[in-house]
Amino acid sequence: MEKIIFKKFQIESKTFWMMFFGLGFVILIGYLCSHYMETEGHYVTGMNNQIVWGLPHIFAVLLIVIASGVLNIASISSVFDKKLYKPLAPLSALLAMAFLISGLAILVLDLGRPDRLIVAMTTYNFKSIFAWNIFLYSGFAGILAIYIWTMLDRNVNKFSRPAGIFAFTWRIVLTTGTGSIFGFLISREAYGTAILAPLFIIMSLLYGTVVYFLIVKAINYFQKTLFSEEILQNLRKLTLLFLFANLYFLILYHVTNLYISKHLEFEKFILLNGGVYTIAFWVGQVVIGLILPLYILFRDENKSESSLMSATLLILVGSFLAMYVIIIAGQAYPLKMFTNYEILESSFYDNVIHTYIPTIWELGLGLGGVALSLIIVLIGIANLDFLPTVIKSPEAKKAVGSDS
Amino acid sequence: MTIDTKLSRRGFIVKSISLLSTVYFIPDIITSAQAAKPLNEEVNSDTKWAMSIDVDKCAKGCTACVDACVEENGLYGFDRPETDSQWIRKLTIKDIKTDKVKVVPMLCQHCENPPCCDVCPTGASFRRVDGIVMVNQHTCIGCRYCMMACPFKARSFVHENLTEQVTTAPRGKGCVESCNFCVNRIDHGIPTTACEEACMKEGHKAISFGDLSDPNSRVSQALKTKQNRRLRADLSLKQRVTYSNI
Ligand code: SF4
Ligand code: SF4
Repeated sequence: MEKIIFKKFQIESKTFWMMFFGLGFVILIGYLCSHYMETEGHYVTGMNNQIVWGLPHIFAVLLIVIASGVLNIASISSVFDKKLYKPLAPLSALLAMAFLISGLAILVLDLGRPDRLIVAMTTYNFKSIFAWNIFLYSGFAGILAIYIWTMLDRNVNKFSRPAGIFAFTWRIVLTTGTGSIFGFLISREAYGTAILAPLFIIMSLLYGTVVYFLIVKAINYFQKTLFSEEILQNLRKLTLLFLFANLYFLILYHVTNLYISKHLEFEKFILLNGGVYTIAFWVGQVVIGLILPLYILFRDENKSESSLMSATLLILVGSFLAMYVIIIAGQAYPLKMFTNYEILESSFYDNVIHTYIPTIWELGLGLGGVALSLIIVLIGIANLDFLPTVIKSPEAKKAVGSDS
Repeated sequence: MTIDTKLSRRGFIVKSISLLSTVYFIPDIITSAQAAKPLNEEVNSDTKWAMSIDVDKCAKGCTACVDACVEENGLYGFDRPETDSQWIRKLTIKDIKTDKVKVVPMLCQHCENPPCCDVCPTGASFRRVDGIVMVNQHTCIGCRYCMMACPFKARSFVHENLTEQVTTAPRGKGCVESCNFCVNRIDHGIPTTACEEACMKEGHKAISFGDLSDPNSRVSQALKTKQNRRLRADLSLKQRVTYSNI
């Protein structure tokens, strides 16, 4: 077996500090935004009693979904024992940790009472899927830490496979849990369906893979030792596979909703006459997020890195809009409180399709969260040996990405 | 508001009716008040608070119940209708088949299987054994998951700093709140909600509140005489607020 040598991020200290302070600044802004929201109250945001979850939740859910998805690379190496991916596994676990922490940070800072975090950590309602998610998330962070340790420390290296398998199982449960946060909302036509959980898993695989690619490319910009051609081709295959799977589950989700007569009106809303939401769905989630990337990857016969990069960027734009459709459109559609009556007037906007225009505060908080995840990665790779210096792939032929 | 001028025009009649109705109802309230348990006694499931709303009696343009709730619970707003709290509101609805237009008060339906309580991560949303669903203002972290879960949009999030809360109804920025069947009155032995009282005073008597286990309570009587229905019965939430003539 080839020896893999892991090293710290080799970067000029000036560049490091520039990045550090740049990201730190964005984090500070994010924190100040959340502080402002907390002291003034949420009326300064675009959220209200109609759209109760807004931009912070789009960011947070997306980051958490990505967190479980980036672990994919480590899973392929540990669970499916693919040597090709082994050198990349520790970084993948670090990314998972970073995205998870920042997603949670956003969620907490958006609470009405973030100062009561301790209440959330000590009083549990075990009937609540939300409470279970708090467990799942903190457990995931702990497991990741152990997993990273088994990968980086040669003395405990033999435990890395079981740790990896455990982390893999946990992350599937975790994404199911995240999806179920919405799936449990029986009263909202957008959500009360079981397909939402698998849809979230498949989304996490896609988004995680491309985010992984993006981060590795960014690191590669400074330190050209990380990426072999085979890995690139494998990531490409994975991306294609997950794009197809996503498309399939998205169709499945909407077709099932069409069959649930209660949800028919909502489907019409999303697919046909929901205005900005319909546009976000078709143009954003479907075309930008799925069709265009598929087209680009298929058309490029040279299988070049640049086409994968364009696809990646499109997928990420699409991922954001997909979350927008799931989280905002689901609330924008008015609740159906009466079966035989139509609501004509209400002082509480029961009869209108809600609009949501986020303010700078929510945006600041969201971007601060993204910066937080990047700074964790930066500090991690600069101080611990996460990055493989040379990637040898002795059994590259066997290592195909289609088995995950 | 147009309602106010109407009210003052009808002021005399209304006052007379409400005076009469107070005289008429006070004995009832007092007997039940004696029946209600003292404050230091635990709430128990022998009492089942419930409300029945006769939609045909609910008057167009009348907001007595809403105003009474605002006053009782100190729900003053900031003239920002999208973020101000509303515990009870009036809806105008139209029958899809017959085009008949009606008005209904909408409030927390005090579900026996409350989705808001099921999803609440800290258990701040809870249901008392006597059927009242309410939010513990000390443990609510303001995640708003309960608002996502409620099928009737019965809940409000306090979006800004409050300064003039009433002592009987604790509220606070960053927490979620909703109708609690005037729990403070009930626990002090007054078994009528502010909205019911106001509706009676107006002479409409569209709202009947009371203890289901007492066959003579106003709500039991209302349920006996009229066929009541639950909204969104398909969700099987077994709400304690029911509607007749809908
Ligand atoms: S109506 Fe809404 S707030 Fe009230 S108990 Fe039911 S779910 Fe909870
Ligand atoms: S907002 Fe408060 S009451 Fe509602 S689910 Fe969250 S913690 Fe519970």
